[in-house]
This record gives sequence, structure tokens and C-alpha cells, in this order.
Amino acid sequence: MSDLAVETHGLRKRFGRKLAVADLSLSVRQGEVFGFLGPNGAGKTTSLKMLLGLVAPSAGRAALLGAPVGDRRARAGVGFLPEHFRFQDWLTGREILRFHGRLFGLHGRALHARADALLERVRLTEAADRKLREYSKGMLQRVGLALALVNEPRLVFLDEPTSGLDPIGRLLVRDVIRELRERGVTVFLNSHLLGEVEVTCDRVTFIKGGRTLREMTLGEETAGVEVELRVGPLDAETAAGLARFGRLLSPAAGAANESAAALAAGPGATGWHRLKVADDAALPEIARWLVGRGVALHELRTVRRSLEALFLEIMGDDQAPG
Amino acid sequence: MKRLLVVVHLTLHEAMRRRVLLAALLGGLAFLILYGVGFHFIARDVGRNARMTLIEKRVALNAITLAGLYAVNLLAMMSAVLLPVDTLSGEIASGSMQALAAKPVRRVEILLGKWLAYVLVVAGYLAGMAGGVLLVARAIGHFTPPGITGGIPLMLVEVVLLVSVSIAGGTRLSTVTNGMMAFGLYGLAFIGNWVEQIGTYVDNQAARDVGTVASLLMPAEALWQRAAWMMQPALMRDLRVTPFSPASVPSPAMVWWAAAYTLVVVIIAARSFAKRGL
Ligand SMILES: Nc1ncnc2c1ncn2[C@@H]1O[C@H](COP(=O)(O)OP(=O)(O)OP(=O)(O)O)[C@@H](O)[C@H]1O
Ligand SMILES: [Mg+2]
Repeated sequence: MSDLAVETHGLRKRFGRKLAVADLSLSVRQGEVFGFLGPNGAGKTTSLKMLLGLVAPSAGRAALLGAPVGDRRARAGVGFLPEHFRFQDWLTGREILRFHGRLFGLHGRALHARADALLERVRLTEAADRKLREYSKGMLQRVGLALALVNEPRLVFLDEPTSGLDPIGRLLVRDVIRELRERGVTVFLNSHLLGEVEVTCDRVTFIKGGRTLREMTLGEETAGVEVELRVGPLDAETAAGLARFGRLLSPAAGAANESAAALAAGPGATGWHRLKVADDAALPEIARWLVGRGVALHELRTVRRSLEALFLEIMGDDQAPG
Repeated sequence: MKRLLVVVHLTLHEAMRRRVLLAALLGGLAFLILYGVGFHFIARDVGRNARMTLIEKRVALNAITLAGLYAVNLLAMMSAVLLPVDTLSGEIASGSMQALAAKPVRRVEILLGKWLAYVLVVAGYLAGMAGGVLLVARAIGHFTPPGITGGIPLMLVEVVLLVSVSIAGGTRLSTVTNGMMAFGLYGLAFIGNWVEQIGTYVDNQAARDVGTVASLLMPAEALWQRAAWMMQPALMRDLRVTPFSPASVPSPAMVWWAAAYTLVVVIIAARSFAKRGL
């Protein structure tokens, strides 16, 4: 048995002429909270549907918990909260949990206790005997979360689990994910809410146009050191020389404004530069080198990158929603 | 198997809360009451009529009973198409099918579970309504038509066939398109059957062939024709005084064709649903 909860190789899905997922190769380790990020239409939901056997891949292969997808057994240990969280709405919250539990082979007292505990966990005990048709959007999403956990899964797919929730609901989801992690459950999370991903996920993959753009472990790269410099006018040689210390980045939004303001102030004004370096040790060297070349160094500071900034950077500036 | 039964249970739950089922039940009840009242007066007049022979009286009662069963046939036919028409397409369109299909159930179990649930509901409806008509005939006219043990099961085959067509359409078509398709097919068979009868009357082979092809495409109406033919005495068949005594009777082969047709439709439905993206 492999220690990978999700494994895909060259997964591809074509809808007619539209290539929704181009070539997806992923490995998610057991026990990991994995963030699957990308703009609208990137192919996140389609990838997830392929993993759950809801749509057939056009090419490639994948396995869940060691069993090939499409195999019924692969889904026995899996929970799923669909993106649009629509359910059989003529049932009550309690009934739907029981029905879905029975589809996993649960029954009797154990099932009833499980359903009640989950209703309690997602704060729906009061509404448990009302029909889903009468639920609000956030209530439906919470009942969906409970449904995703009814079989005590070892792997849970959550497709934007907080899209309909208020801040309290979001905290609830965050806590549930934390509990799942503590129990060693693998969580596969699709989300746009990068702040949340940042606090919940161990690792993320960015996809766009159905292709993986970047895969990274959080806490490493986002904590990676980015340096912002405010310096006097640089000659071309010095500007290029800065690249020795790390990767030159386009100025951040805030810095760019300031730099525009500085430019407007006239020739010889100071400007902002951004640079990504390996670690803090580079800072004194940068300072020494600039001062050595006679550059006026006004400010040198490190910034922690938010995932959101990173997202925008990876996706590119041309990103139009769609 | 256990999971299939869970799907059956879930689907029965779904069917029971449907307004259309309530409408079918209320409509059916209203029909039975009206039918009982009508039967009462007709049976009284027939009974008092001194000029009618005993045999003529029996033929008259048989014809009224068949007319009642014909109405039941139409009601059951409509229920067979309309009740399951959106059980798949509706759940696929709303997305509630996703949570179901992501469970460790085979798609074929979902499909057969839904099929079985609606077969039970519609067969129950048919049995109740046909039983009601026969009970009215028995209680009021002291009459039971011959051949009901052969005729009623044929009507059952007919509704099972229509449920299967409606479910199969739902694997690919939207609810409205599916309903149109099922009724369109039925209409085709209905018209085709009349073309066949008239063709037989005027001895036009081309018209008969048109009817046969229509019945092959959708054997539902032919099943009713044969069922009605079975539920009357030989004399009445030969007299051809009612629309239930056709000039051309569907053969037993047509019954086998209908059974095979149903089986094939269910298999196609299972395959079509298994392959479809949700
Ligand atoms: N059934 C379908 N038929 C045709 N095209 C589809 C279908 N499903 C998805 N697509 C297309 O595939 C692409 C990827 O869609 P998908 O839903 O996977 O994106 P997503 O990353 O989940 O987006 P979002 O963040 O908006 O949920 C989109 O361009 C979409 O239009
Ligand atoms: Mg999506």
C-alpha cells in the first residue's frame, strides 16, 4: 500500500474542443492538507470530478488511497463536498445524513449516533429535522460538510467549502480541517480564499489552464525572504548586478505607487526595487555592495510574502477573471 | 445489492413527495368514483332492457369494463412517463447526483434502484386502478371480464416498458426533452396502430406495415390492444362492435418483442448513465 493518498499521472480532460485539464500530475501524501489553487476555470473542479469518478478522464491515470479511480472501493474511504452543494432537498438534515451513511454500508445505532454527532459538529442540531429545501446557503454547505465526513473518511475532497459561509462558518470549517489533520486524515482543498489556505494547508499546487504551474510547501516559500530596497538612481550596470543576490521581481503594488511618486518628484529621485533572496544572510552583503558602488541606500527591508501576492505573481498580471 | 436497496428507498421517498403522484392518485380516485356512478346507471338500464339477449347484455357490460380499463391504461401510461421523467435528469441538472455518484455505489446500482422504485410505484398505481375498475364491475354489475389474468399482466408490461423508456431518456436528455420524446414515441405507436387497423379493414398492406413498424418502435399501444383482446369473449371479438376488438390483433411475438425491448432499453440506460459525466 502506497503512502500516497492521491496520485495522478498525466490526467487530462477534454470537453469537446475545450481542454479543461491539460496534464495533471500530482502526489498528495497521506495525512497532508493539500491546497489546490487556481483562477476560475483553471480546471480544479474538473480534476476533482475525475478523481471521484464523476467524469471519465480523456487520458492519464490516477489512484486514490492506492486503488485506481473509477473503482468503487477507491471511494469507500473518501468523502466529498461538491462545489455547488446541492443535495436531495426533500429530505431533512438528519434523513440525508442517514441515507448517505447507508450508501457507505453504515446502519443502525452506529449510523444514527454518527449522524447526530456530525449535525452537532456543524451546528445544525436545531435544524436537523427541517427539510433541506428550507435551509439557507450556509446551512446547506455545512450539511454538505457533514455528509463528506459521514463515513469517517481517510481522504476528504472539499471543493470551496467556505464559499457560502459567514466568518463564524469559516472558522468552523477551519477547525474541522484541523481536527481532520490531527486524526491523520488527508484533506484535498479547492479554494479561492488564500488567507484560509495559508493557515490550513501544508502544501499547495497552483494550476491554470489545466496545467500545474507551481507546487510548493507552505511555510518555506511564502516565508522565503523578499527584499525591498529604496535607493538613489541606479545605473544600468548596478541594476543588473543586483541579480547576483537573487531573483529580481517587478515592484509590488504599494512600492510601485511610491516609486511613481518618487519619479514624479524629479530626476535623481529614489526608486524601489524588489528582490527575492535565499535567506537573511544576503541582506548585509547587498547593503555592502550597494554602498561600495556609491549608491544611496535609503531603505532596505524584508517582506513576508502573502500567498495572495504569490498567487497573483504566479498567475501573471494578464489574469482576467473567467 | 444492499446499496441498490438504499437507492430504491431513497427514490421511493422522492416519489412519495411528488405533487404529480398526488395528482395521479387524486385523479385516479375521481375517475373511479365517476366510473362507479356511470357504471351503476348503465348496468341498471342494460339490466332492465327487455329487448337485449343475455349475451348482448354481457357484451355491453364487458365493453364498459374495457372502457374503464382503457382509461386506466391511459392514466397509468402517463404516470409511467411523467413520474420518473426527471428522477435522473433533475438530479443531474441540480448537481445532487454528484454527492450520490461519488459514494461507493456503482452507477448501474443507482440506475436500477431508481428504475425499480418507479416500477413499483407505477405498477402499484396500475394494480390499484385496474383493481378498482374490476371491483366496480363486480360489485355493481356482478360482472368480471374473461382473461384478466392474461390481460392485466400485459398492461403491467406496458407500464414497465414506459418507465424504462422514461428513465433511459433521463440519462442523457433534459426533463422536458425527455418527456416530449417519450410521449412522441407513444403518440407514434398510437397513430401507427390506428393506421394498421384501418389498413386491415380496407386491406391495404402498406398501411398495415406502417402500423407494424410503429409498434416495433414502441410496442406500448400494441400491448394494450392485445390485453383488451384477451379480456373479452370470442363472440365480442368477432362482432367488432367496440374499439377494443381490433381487426388486427398483435401477436404473442409482439409481447416477447416488448419484453426484449424493455430489457434492451434498461441495458442501454445503464451504459449511457455509466458513461456520462456528472
Ligand atoms: N461539462 C463541461 N462541459 C464543457 N466545458 C466544461 C465542463 N465542465 C467544465 N468545463 C470547462 O472546463 C474548464 C475548467 O472548469 P472547472 O469547473 O474545472 O474550473 P474551476 O477551476 O473549478 O473553476 P472555479 O474556480 O470557477 O470553480 C472551464 O473552462 C469550464 O468552462
Ligand atoms: Mg470549481
